[in-house]
Amino acid sequence: MFDLDRWIEMFKTLSKNKLRTILSGFTISFAILLFTLLFGIGNGLKHTFEKAFAGDSQNSVYINAGTTTKPYKGLQSGRKIQFRNDDTKFMNEKFEGDIQYFSPNIQRNNVQAIYKGEQNRYTVRGVYPDYQPLESAVIQDGRFLSVLDIKNRAKVIAIGRLVEKDLFGNLSGMGKNINLEGISYKVIGVFSDPGGDNDERYIYTPFTTFQSMYKENDELDYFGLTFNPKLNVDQAISFGNLLTKLMKEKHNVDPRDQGAIRVRNYAEGTRNVQQFMMVLNIIILFIGIGTLIAGIIGISNIMVYIVKERTKELGIRKALGATPKSIIGMIMLESIFVTAIAGYAGLLLGVFALKSLGDSLEKYFILNPSVETYVVVGATIVLVIAGTIAGYIPAKRAARIKPIVALNDE
Amino acid sequence: MIKIENLHKSYPMGKDSLHVLKGLDLHIKEGEFVSIMGASGSGKSTLLNIVGLLDIHDEGSYYLNGQLIEKLDEKKAAVLRNKFLGFVFQSFNLITYKTALENVALPLYYKGVGRKERQEIALQYLDKVGLKDRANHVPSELSGGEKQRVAIARALVTDPKVVLADEPTGALDSTTSGSVMELLKEINREGMTVFVITHEEDIAAETDRIVRLRDGVIISDEKVLKTVKV
Repeated sequence: MFDLDRWIEMFKTLSKNKLRTILSGFTISFAILLFTLLFGIGNGLKHTFEKAFAGDSQNSVYINAGTTTKPYKGLQSGRKIQFRNDDTKFMNEKFEGDIQYFSPNIQRNNVQAIYKGEQNRYTVRGVYPDYQPLESAVIQDGRFLSVLDIKNRAKVIAIGRLVEKDLFGNLSGMGKNINLEGISYKVIGVFSDPGGDNDERYIYTPFTTFQSMYKENDELDYFGLTFNPKLNVDQAISFGNLLTKLMKEKHNVDPRDQGAIRVRNYAEGTRNVQQFMMVLNIIILFIGIGTLIAGIIGISNIMVYIVKERTKELGIRKALGATPKSIIGMIMLESIFVTAIAGYAGLLLGVFALKSLGDSLEKYFILNPSVETYVVVGATIVLVIAGTIAGYIPAKRAARIKPIVALNDE
Repeated sequence: MIKIENLHKSYPMGKDSLHVLKGLDLHIKEGEFVSIMGASGSGKSTLLNIVGLLDIHDEGSYYLNGQLIEKLDEKKAAVLRNKFLGFVFQSFNLITYKTALENVALPLYYKGVGRKERQEIALQYLDKVGLKDRANHVPSELSGGEKQRVAIARALVTDPKVVLADEPTGALDSTTSGSVMELLKEINREGMTVFVITHEEDIAAETDRIVRLRDGVIISDEKVLKTVKV
């Protein structure tokens, strides 16, 4: 159905009616440009919030022990709660299906670490291998702690990227021995952490090694775990509540006592974040649809105006032998062509503008403003279709006008 | 060529209808040069519109080139207009953004003639009306007489059976009127049926046959006696 003649005729008409062509093209370009910019900036806001909550796994739960604030079952308040290895076992058995990663944790702050002449103080944690995904730590060199390390109570450590930098400068710390308060540990891995500088200044060592070294009993400090990602937010929250309840029962803590056993469930934050994101998404969608509607109305008006303006020309063409179909075809071809080209131009312009904005608006909470390709292409197609329909209706009417009426139109 | 029998046409005017043509009978043979005379409101434009297939009649029959015109949809009318009829309007009705050549070539576009051929034929007809050198001018750069010549070239370009001219000199001064009529006469001499509508006596007098219309009926139909100049 490609008819070169029709295209030549179209190009001639468009190029000889530049104002009209530019006017209708501009409307479309501008609508798509605005759409892309608003949508992109909205997405930038979204990215900022996504990043803000990306430090640790979104499904993390941390369980800490404190002192009781209420007397319970004949026990006085002010009693210190101590987690022990049997708590690890208890939780593992009770919540096997709900837990994804799980690690007890012993933490010592301000541990002096020495490598040759260099020394510094770090937080050292004795953990299980599962702690790595919990912290979202990413191994850069070597490996994280293994089950075998736990079993053998190996004197090995995985160090944060900045620990390596502090102690080894630009050299690799892999395989070197670091002295932690008199005991030598071999570096088996270096990790980075999206959580930031603090998270990259930790030293991890096998839980068993650390427990035997410092506690010399079965005591431990706190638990970190991630719940099964298959749980939805509500299930995750009730999982956290049940966990709290059972742990309080186990340690004879008043269920209303908030101080003795503290469970920090990220699912609660996630719920808020999700709600906030949903609202943000709705706002973005609303803005997008609003811009599109404005564009559709704009192009519709212009198409109606264009056809009206051309009534006489269409009458002349009809008198000279143009069939209604050829009149409609001509207007449609012009309008589809102009809207498609202009839409594409607007799209490119918008994407380019977003690219060049980049992260320059980061202080306004707009990070990496960008739009998914399918969204802008979809929006452009919507406008092209709208322009087509908007052109079709008046074109059809114009094609139906008797040529004599059209010819008398001044 | 054109045969009209008992033609009626009325236009709805609110509740009533305006009866414009009240049973016309007219027969125009091939090669005739006919003018329809009448004051405004006499129905002459309506008659031309019906003959030109720009409007449809209510009653009676109309044969164009031996073909009965009935149940005419827009598409059929468009094809017939393109094939059989050439139009010349009082207000020229050239497409303002197209050059003289493109305007003349336009009916050929709708006829489906190839681009190159269109240009050649159009140029030939522009030459015929003496405007070959103005081929690439747009209508706003042409004088009234030149515009009407372009329109005449456009009417002729498809080699129609009938040229319909609606007040072809209505917008022209008397000198240019004369030359436009001279052109129409020349076309007629070459065998074209020409059908002119006018309200000017002296224009009508240039034609071979004058049909006078008043209030929707034909009041006279007579041959013009020519004073032959030697």
